[in-house]
Amino acid sequence: MHKDLCNDYFCTSFNNDIYEVGVHGNWTIKNIAKIEEALETFIEVDENTLIRFNCNGLKDIDTSGAWVLYKKYQSFLDQGYKSEFQGFREKHFRIVKTILESPKEHCPDVPFGINLKDVLTRLGELTFNGCSHLHGALIFLGRLFFTFFQSFLNPRRLRFTSIMRHVHEAGLNAIPIVAMIAFLFSIVLAYQGAIQLRQFGAEVFMVNLTAVSVLREIGVLMTAILVAGRSGSAFAAEIGVMKIREEIDALETMGADIFELLVVPRVLGLMIALPLLTIIANIVGLIGGGVMSWVLIDMPPIMYVERVLAAVTTGSYWVSMIKAPIFAFLIATVSTFRGLQVSGAADSIGRFTTLAVVQSIFLIIVADAVFTVIFIKVGI
Amino acid sequence: MNITEEQVGHFCNVDSADQMNDMKPLIQLRGIINQFGTQRVHDGLDLDIMRGEIVGLVGGSGTGKSVLLRTILGLNRPFQGKVFFGEEEEQDILSLNDKELYKLKENWGVLFQNGALFSSQTVLENVMLPMREHLDIKESTMKELAELKIQLVGLPIEAGVKYPSELSGGMVKRAALARSMALDPPVLFLDEPTAGLDPIAASAFDGLIKHLQRALNLTVVIITHDLDTLVQICDRIAVLLDKKVTIGTLNEIMKTDHPWIKEYFHGPRMRAVPKNNN
Repeated sequence: MHKDLCNDYFCTSFNNDIYEVGVHGNWTIKNIAKIEEALETFIEVDENTLIRFNCNGLKDIDTSGAWVLYKKYQSFLDQGYKSEFQGFREKHFRIVKTILESPKEHCPDVPFGINLKDVLTRLGELTFNGCSHLHGALIFLGRLFFTFFQSFLNPRRLRFTSIMRHVHEAGLNAIPIVAMIAFLFSIVLAYQGAIQLRQFGAEVFMVNLTAVSVLREIGVLMTAILVAGRSGSAFAAEIGVMKIREEIDALETMGADIFELLVVPRVLGLMIALPLLTIIANIVGLIGGGVMSWVLIDMPPIMYVERVLAAVTTGSYWVSMIKAPIFAFLIATVSTFRGLQVSGAADSIGRFTTLAVVQSIFLIIVADAVFTVIFIKVGI
Repeated sequence: MNITEEQVGHFCNVDSADQMNDMKPLIQLRGIINQFGTQRVHDGLDLDIMRGEIVGLVGGSGTGKSVLLRTILGLNRPFQGKVFFGEEEEQDILSLNDKELYKLKENWGVLFQNGALFSSQTVLENVMLPMREHLDIKESTMKELAELKIQLVGLPIEAGVKYPSELSGGMVKRAALARSMALDPPVLFLDEPTAGLDPIAASAFDGLIKHLQRALNLTVVIITHDLDTLVQICDRIAVLLDKKVTIGTLNEIMKTDHPWIKEYFHGPRMRAVPKNNN
């Protein structure tokens, strides 16, 4: 009834009520899967049999192999057999002994599934977090306006070098990409407009379409979105890194005002840079429209300029100039606010930077919608 | 505990062949030259590391301790020189292709200075990650082995479900050690294992390294500035001096007549370290 087994890891033999398992080969982690498989085919034995693991032929064993060996040994004991080890080499015995002595508890499984209590807890957490964020945002805005006010009373507290640095980085360095996007976007707009208007034989009105859209909406909106992605993320990440590296704490212990040093220069810098970028985007956008008019409907540049002047009012130009600083304010405050919220591990920088960009863009578009309605009501 | 040393101990026979094996170097560095720009960090550096020993690697700032470690691990290609790994068949790790290097990497575990635990994963998942990458075993087995490793390094099992940000400095190091031992590598490289730990935690961590090294026949290379670590657990000390390595036991090194060694090993901090050369 006892058929002897033999494989790469052990051979079994039975005599005189002793069931001997001759362990051999490499009981290492690379072979764990095969060893476990081999152990599953273990044959049944009578009760009161002594199961002896003879480890004389063992070539190599590591903690994983020793663990599997221990598990088999333990399962025999649990089933009521007697079991023992024999014939270890000294260095193998040390490893097995370490495993035998090590505690062998199991990690609690993370419960899976949904229950009402969790849902309510989560809902409560979300509400509480939302409220405390709102609270934080209000405090932030309050301090920002307070610092603004103080700075204007005492302009020496404005950091001009710092403001100019941000104008340079967020404004000057962004000119190529902003101009490129404005040009390409106006070309797309002019082209699509020409195709639709051709159906009515009103292709010349593509000039009106392009000029009005670029000046009133597209120029400032595309620039703001681009700047939110480019500078908003930079603001949040810069301040976040300073927060993680305790530079913010260092500043505060020196008695320096972080709003004066970090927040106000960024907000003012961006409020200067974004309108200037918008002017460039508007000009390049109009040039793009002109190029397309020339290519698509053979309208000479002189005539294009005349038609643009007829189509737009000074108001259209000021629309974008009013929007730009507001958008800049939104981008800079959201980004610096999120940057200052970074805490703990470095991975929160990424999280808050993403939040900063997404929320800036969201707020820009909401603000744009509000502006459009207001301007129409006011009649600009 | 179901068996004790008495029950099994008399079956043990110390194998003389094992002792012989211990005398062949496991890692050999030959003529390593590392340079950045025109500045040479290592110039014709040789180093032998034997199986089953703990080697402490010390050197002043900028002497290229980390560069040397990265060279051994194949992360940094030296300007010149060879790195051999293994006893039976020596492999020049710089001439291996990607697949061979991947297999070779199962042979070592690295504990980085700040743990380098993946912050988005629990300790258990961190320990299981190398197994997932290198082994084809059941999820349940993997989990059991990871739990075993976590307890081997002296962490309570509850730490397994925690995220690295929830652990103390000493626990992060232990968790990182558990991860570096996930594949049961014969060699461990530890970069400043006790840096940032309080003396009690540092001493406990030293003890853990020593215990695991003795129990599991590990070869351990430790980059450290901790004189306690050097004195208490290192079998030999490798000093990076003048772009080369001087290696020897603590007593041999202390007898060396070099100004940097004199300052390092005979300074006020060293005098405070209790001598315990076992």
